[in-house]
This record gives sequence, structure tokens and C-alpha cells, in this order.
Amino acid sequence: MSNRIDVKKTYKLFINGAFPRTESGRTYEIKNAKGTFIANPCLASRKDLKDAVVAARAAQSGWNKASAYNKGQILYRIAEMLEGRRAQFVDEIITVTGVTKVKAEKEVTDSVDRLVWYAGWSDKLSSLSGALNPVAGPYYNFTVPESMGVIAAIAPESPSLLGLIDAIAPIIVGGNTVIVLASTKAPLSAMSFAEVIATSDVPAGVINILTGKKDEIAPWMASHMDIDGFDISGLAAKSHGAVRIAGAENLKRIYSFKSADPGRILAFLENKTVWHPIGL
Amino acid sequence: MSFYGLVDGSDSSLRKYLGALSGVDQVGADARAAMLATRSIKTSSKRWAIDTAISMVDLTTLEGADTPGKVQALCTKAVRPDPTNSSVPSVGAVCVYNDMVAVARKHLDLVGGAHVGLAAVSTAFPSGRASMPVKIQDTQDALDAGASEIDMVIDRGAFLSGNYIDVFNEIVQIRELCGTKAHLKVIFETGELTTYDNVRKASFLAMAAGADFIKTSTGKIAPAATPPVVLVMLEAVRDFYQMTQTRIGVKPAGGIRNTKDAIKQLVLVNETAGPEWLTPSLFRIGASALLNDLLMQRMKMDDGYYASPAYVTID
Amino acid sequence: METQVSFEYAPAPESRSVVSIKPKYGHFIGGKFVAGSKHFPTINPATEEVLSQIALAGKADVDAAVKAARKAYTTTWSKMSGKERGKYLFRIARIMQERAREFAVLETLDNGKPIRESRDVDVPLAAAHFFYHAGWADKLEFAGLGTSTKPHGVAGQIIPWNFPLLMLAWKVAPALAAGNTVVLKPAESTSLTALLFAEVCQQAELPAGVVNIVTGDGSTGALIVNHPGIDKIAFTGSTEVGKIIARAVAPTQKSVTLELGGKAANIIFEDAAIDEAIEGIVNGIFFNQGHVCCAGSRLILQESVADEVLEKLKKRMAQIRVGDPMDKNTDLGAINSKEQLLKIRELSATGDSEGAERWSAPCDLPKKGFWFPPTIFTGVTQSHRIAREEIFGPVLSVLTFRTPQEAIDKANNTPFGLSAGIWSEKGSRILWASQQLRAGVIWANTFNKFDPTSPFGGYKESGWGREGGRHGLSAYLKGVGHE
Repeated sequence: MSNRIDVKKTYKLFINGAFPRTESGRTYEIKNAKGTFIANPCLASRKDLKDAVVAARAAQSGWNKASAYNKGQILYRIAEMLEGRRAQFVDEIITVTGVTKVKAEKEVTDSVDRLVWYAGWSDKLSSLSGALNPVAGPYYNFTVPESMGVIAAIAPESPSLLGLIDAIAPIIVGGNTVIVLASTKAPLSAMSFAEVIATSDVPAGVINILTGKKDEIAPWMASHMDIDGFDISGLAAKSHGAVRIAGAENLKRIYSFKSADPGRILAFLENKTVWHPIGL
Repeated sequence: MSFYGLVDGSDSSLRKYLGALSGVDQVGADARAAMLATRSIKTSSKRWAIDTAISMVDLTTLEGADTPGKVQALCTKAVRPDPTNSSVPSVGAVCVYNDMVAVARKHLDLVGGAHVGLAAVSTAFPSGRASMPVKIQDTQDALDAGASEIDMVIDRGAFLSGNYIDVFNEIVQIRELCGTKAHLKVIFETGELTTYDNVRKASFLAMAAGADFIKTSTGKIAPAATPPVVLVMLEAVRDFYQMTQTRIGVKPAGGIRNTKDAIKQLVLVNETAGPEWLTPSLFRIGASALLNDLLMQRMKMDDGYYASPAYVTID
Repeated sequence: METQVSFEYAPAPESRSVVSIKPKYGHFIGGKFVAGSKHFPTINPATEEVLSQIALAGKADVDAAVKAARKAYTTTWSKMSGKERGKYLFRIARIMQERAREFAVLETLDNGKPIRESRDVDVPLAAAHFFYHAGWADKLEFAGLGTSTKPHGVAGQIIPWNFPLLMLAWKVAPALAAGNTVVLKPAESTSLTALLFAEVCQQAELPAGVVNIVTGDGSTGALIVNHPGIDKIAFTGSTEVGKIIARAVAPTQKSVTLELGGKAANIIFEDAAIDEAIEGIVNGIFFNQGHVCCAGSRLILQESVADEVLEKLKKRMAQIRVGDPMDKNTDLGAINSKEQLLKIRELSATGDSEGAERWSAPCDLPKKGFWFPPTIFTGVTQSHRIAREEIFGPVLSVLTFRTPQEAIDKANNTPFGLSAGIWSEKGSRILWASQQLRAGVIWANTFNKFDPTSPFGGYKESGWGREGGRHGLSAYLKGVGHE
């Protein structure tokens, strides 16, 4: 059937559980390593970001209320769905980046495994970071980690899938919602990953994925007053200073990570200490 | 009886009335009492405070070994606490077992102590474990022998098992018996009620039932009149006044042994119920050893040096 | 006895003789007191008496302090075992306890807070912070903070005037325990206890340069924040200044913790233990003249008990003893500075002009010094400035609610998130509310309680990081949680 014209996918944004085109109508061209045209993903606008923040904020309280067990199962469900679509992700990674099949398969495998690893953290965070504090008085006093709210993230350029998962999973596992900007050069796996999310029982608005230019969107994310935290791991170090300055307006918690560890989860959790008297 | 219009005498109305009371947080009440204990009062006020405290003492002897002689000596001391100094006021009352009431009445009248109250502990004091006819007879005996104040105990067993209406009805009956002849003080034995919530509940129960005074303890059980317990009771009389425009008195008893403790109690009264309660008609301190310490402190203030126990009479 | 003599409390003044205040102070750098060049007066806010002249550190002083701190870090402190470091902290804790009276009196003279509070809260808690953190020094690898237990290096610390010594302890104790050396700047109006603390460091034979104290105003603070030789900034103060610091360090590699403002809601449910709740309200807003970042400055009352609570609250407020901070019976002392008094007056005036009803406890305020009576505003709504801005004074805004969710929504309707209070006798409601409230410290059936083991710090614009407990310690170790 070599004469068949294949049906190409239109890559859109993922906001509030839906796949809208950018309201700006702007797109940019993705080519592979050899210069062949691949796709026209959306160039997300400031308004798209705003819509994503509104969706993320609306979803946050419900997601936060979900039990840790439930959150863990949903993250595990994402891993299951990703596992089932391995071939598609391997193909897309090869198409866009031109890496070998072995390398692409490893990235997908690592991505599934990473999701499973994060899934298991959901109901262990409070034993990791919580505390019962022996205060000098008749009070019961404990500290628990709690979700911070709405977190923005810039995924690294590569690895485009695994990096995206590191930008999403540690943020949502503790009850936050996220708006993530995918790899600019390799956004295909991000938008396909949105399809995985859409079929994984993740409530609408918990994960929102944008595509576009980092230098354009990062400052908008940094200055948005309804974003509580910002993972800038995928942003070039030279831009960190400016982003941090803009983020100071509402004292956003802005961090950059080099590895996947529980600290990455805890960075976007607040610690709440509760006192209560002990008496008859 | 109208019970201030707060209850109609039925179990359900009493439960509703007590159920509407706010709770007491133990740690918070303890902290407030401890903070008030750090107040220090003016030297000029201290002299007044000592005399006020003397006039508030219910000078008490409640021993199995009490004899007419002991009670007579107590009465003499109650009228003139310091035989060498007539400026020392009489105490508020003497407090005795009710078989000693007649002796005390006769002796008080003999030594010019008609103005000193005569309190009898009644209703099968201290345990309250007797039938109601016995409790009534016990009280009637005291009244017949000339008591002007009845210190009754509540049935803590009934209270702790939730039979509030039984406790209420006992107080109502004793109140009726006292009529206008005697003031009624209702003893809770707070050491057995154990929680401040119970103390607050018992206070409101007793006040609605017609108590003139609410009293912490028999003196037979520790802890007794701890500052936070007295704080909770003072808050209760203050709130009851807001509800009914009636001032009920408070009597801590047990554990108040020296002037410092007594002044702490007065500070509690001043800052909780208010200065209106700083009078023997609304605040009494049940004690025995306290009086001598008050007298010694008074001597020290007059003389400028510390007094010796040899200069105050042991009974 | 029926003729009532008034029952009066004695002015029971704490003796000033336990402290000796020098006419002029310099900085504490490299283990020695060094003379300053310029000076400014520090006054007793209760009397406006000039207590001493405080040095204003300029660039050269800050450079010298950072240099001394770096030298101490490189040559001594980073090489010393945790066990030995801890012993110095234990020594400091003990000496602070020994000299507690002196610290308390000096704090009250310089700050204006009641001696009862400096004696019973500030000083014992400060010593407790050193004692607690001393024990961490040789156990960092067991702190559960990951494998990195390296200090940052030199920590620049800037503290406020509301709890001068206590905030010093909150900053210095964990920094030293973790192995950092310190350049600390006390607040302009309250430097004296920090300078006395320098003497404690000398008595403890703390190696020279481990703790350096430079005094001065905001300009000195800016020199510390922007100093390239400093690895870590810790600041307690206003959100406004916090944001300036956040911007200043943004382009650098400095690690930052910020403990900033608040506008805490104190929610009284109808089933609360009312009498203790009244005490909690009073302690929440009138403790330390309301100069408390976590003060319960918004009282959120369930409508069904609002009248009862307000009536009782006013009666209780009328008993608050305002006056000489050195009097042991005083409950509410002096406002720390003229500037702060003017700010309180200005914000209170907006309460009047925006239609809230002001009630102040009747009390005679001293003629000299800076004073403000315990005050409440009723009829306040979310849109009033006094419901949104931090007044940092003895002024309480009262709002009401009908349903628990409404209380939470009002409580959370603020960019701050430092603390909150809940009063209810129902356990499940307390736990529900403490989950819903977006604040770092929740006091349920109590308020304004602090402990070195208990992490303290805010959500949202109330700051970055925690102080106290394991969480607070982590702020002084590298690579914990994030790069």
C-alpha cells in the first residue's frame, strides 16, 4: 500500500483536558535532523498560558484532595498507558531527533519506569518530610508536607519525553497542578504524551502542556501572579536571573534540578505545622 | 421554683441548658491562671488584701477528732483572730460538722460573734453517699441547731454517670429546706469531677438549682482549689450574672495555706469575675492554716520584720 | 470591709541595674569589638531616652566582617568536627540562661516589650534554640535531608526589631550547627541584645570570626545582601524588603530564606471554648504589641457567637495593662518606634475612613514614648485595607462568617500565608480547617506558640523556607531539596 497518503496529526496544546489550538493562531515549523518538515506545533501565547493557569488553579483543590493512594494509582495509570504506546513514542523520538532505535527505546523505557517511581512516592512523602515535633509544652505538634498550588515548568530540550516526565510527575505527585512548556525542538512526544494523559484518569486541568518558545513563555510564567512555583530546569542558565527577578513579584518558589530525586518533589511542597493543646 | 427561667425542672430542659455551655480548654485555662499568678499587688493594696482575705476565711475544722472544746476555741479565734489587735477583722464564718453546730452557735453568741457566719457541712459530707431522706435530715439538724450557712456536697457519682437531674433535684430540695434561714453553698469536689468541662457544667447546674455559692472541695480530696479550677468557676459566676443579673459567690477550699496563695485567689477574682466579687458575701476561702499566715503577714507589714508563729494562736 | 479600697497592682519594676549599657558601641568582627565610624542613637521607646550610640556599618565594615567570617569558615569552623561545634553552641545556650535576666532587661529597654514577655518568652526561647541546634551539629548525616551535609559557607543574616534576640537565635543557631559562619545585622532600632550576645560568644570562646555582628540600617543590610563573599542570605522582615532581596540575589548563586509578613486569620467557631478563645484572641494580637508577623490580626467570628465574643473580648481588653514595659504587671508595652507608631495610626485611620467601627480599650497612655491602645475594628470586610495590610500593631480587624467554608475562604483570601488560628471543640472540624488553611503554621485552640523543634514559616508571600526543626536546619545545608 505504498501509494497510500498517510493521515498526519495536527499537534495542538493540551489545556484543561482538551486539545485546543493556540488562540493566537501562531505555529512554528519542526524539521528533523536532515531538514525534512515534520509538523507545525502551536506557538503558545500569553493568553494560552493564562487559560492554562485558570484550568490548573481550578483543578488544584480537587487534585489535592484526592488520596495519596489515588494519586499514586493515577500516575501508575499514566505509565501503563505509555507502556501500551511505546512504539509510537519510539517512532516520534527517532523521527524528530534522529537517534538510534536502541536509544529511543531506552528513553521510553526510562520514562515508563520513572513514572512508576514517582507514582510510588505519593503516599510516602509525609513520612519522608513530615515530623512530629517534641515541643516543650502540653501541645501536640506536627509538620506535614502539603501541595504548593499551581506550578509552571520548563521541560529540557532533551531528552524530550523523559525530561517532560521529570517536569510533570514530581510536581503533581504531591497534589500540585502543572503547566509545562515542552521541548521546543522536539515537542512531538509531549503532545502525544498529552494523549496518554487524556486516557489516564488524570482530572482535567491537573496537567497542561504548552509548546512554543522558552524565551517568550518563561518570562510570562515567571511574572504570572497566580503561579506559585516554577521549575526552570529546562531553561538556559543565562536566563535564570531574569526569571527569578520577575518571579520575586509574588515570591514564586523557583528551582532548577539536575536529577530526579525526592528533593525534586519536596521543593514544590509547603510544610505546614499544626499545634493543638493536649488536655482533658 | 423558677430556676431563673433557665430550666423548667425537667431532665430534658436541664440537658439542653447544660449542653449549650461552651467547653473549657484545659491548657488554655491553666495558662491563663499561671499568667495571673505573676501579678504583684501594691503594698497599700496588700494590707487591704490581707484584711479582705481574713474577712473571707471560712475558718474550718472538719476532723473526726473534733470536740466541743476545739470548736469553741475556733469560734473565739474566728471573732477575734488576733486577741492582741482589735483592728483585725473577724473571719467570714466558722465551718464545722453539723453535730458541732449547736456548740458553735452557743459559743459564737457568747463571744459576740453573731456577725460571723456559721457554716455546717451537710448532706452526708464529705462523700454524699446517703439516701435523700438522710441528707434532708442531716441538713435539717444543722438548720435547727442554728447554722446560717449550709455547705452541701453534690452526688459526684450521679454527676459522673450523667444523672444531672438527680444532682439538680438534690440541690433544689436542700435549697428549699434552707429557705431564708441559711445561705446554700454547693460543694463539687472538683478533684473528683476531674475535668474543667465538668467543673463548668456543675457550676451552671448548681447556680440554676439555687446555690448562693459554689464551692470547690471538701478539703478531703486533692487536688482541691487549684487556681485554674477557681478561674473556671469565676468565669461561670461572671457569665451567670450576664444571664440572670444575679451574683453567685465562689468558695475555694483546700490547699490555700498561705498569704501568697490567698492573694493569687484575689487576683483571680479581680480579673475574672471583677472587683464586685471582692467581698465576703461573694467570695470565701475555706481554710484552717491560712488564717495564721495572714495574721503573720499582717504583723510583718505593721512591724516591718518577720513574725514568729509563737505570736499567733494555734487555735 | 464593705468600703472598697481599690485592688491595685504595684508598679513592680525590674531593676535596671543588672545591665550596663555603654555610651557607644562598635561592631563585633573577628572576635573583637571594633570601633565604628558613624553612629546613630538607639532609644528606649517607652521613654524616648537615648540609651546608646550604635555604629552604622559601611562598606569597609561589612567587607571586614565577611572577610573575618570567610577566614573563620575556611581555617577553623569547616574543619572542626560537628561534635566540637555543638559544644560551643551548648556553651552559648548555657551562658544565655545564666545571663537571662540581663538579656531580658536589655531587650525590654531597647525594644519596649513588657519584661514579662522578654523574661518568659524571648530569652528562654532564644537559649532553647541554641540548645536544640547544638545537638544537631554532630548529627547532620542523620537529619534525613539527603546525603549532602555541607554548609553553604558564609551566611548573611538580617533580623527585625520585634524579637531582636530571639530572631538572632533563630538565625545564628542553625547556621552554626550546620557549619556556616555568620555575618549578622540586627535591626537599626534594636541592636543592644545582639551586641550583648557578642559578649556571650567571647565568653564561650567561640573561635574568632565565626559570628560577626555589624550594626546599621537598611543600607548596611543592602551591603550584606549584595556582598559577593556571602553564600547564603537569611532575612526576617517585611514582604516588601523580602521582595527587594529576592530580586537582588536572583542573578547570583546565593541561597535565600525569607520569613516575611502575615495577616493571620483567627477563626472562632461557635462551639469554641469561648473563654480560652478570648485569651487566644488577646494573645494572638496583643502579644508583643502586635509586632508579630504571625499575629492573629484578622478575627473571623462565626455570626452566632459574634456578639458574645465581642462583649467578652472588650471586657478582657479593658483589663490589658498598658504602660511601663519594665513593670512586671504590664501586658502591653511601647510601640517600638515613632515610625511604626505613625504607620499604625495611618492604617487605623483608614479603618475609620472606610467605615469600620473603632473601639479602643480605655487606658491612660504615658506622656512620653510611643504608645497605642489595644484596639479593635468591627464591621470590617475583606476589601478594607485593615483586613488586607499588615498593621504590625495592637489593632484587630473583626470579620464574621456563617459557614465553615466561608471562614476558610476569607482566611485564605490574602497573598500572605504565614499562620492561622482555629478555635473549636470539635476534632474533625479542627483537622478539616487546618487542612484547608493555606498557612505554614496553624494554631488550633492556642496561638502564638513557638518552639525550636517546630518548623515556622509561610506559604505564598510570607516567605521562603522554614525556621526551626529539621526543616529549618535544611536551609543551612547545601543541595537539600534543590540546587
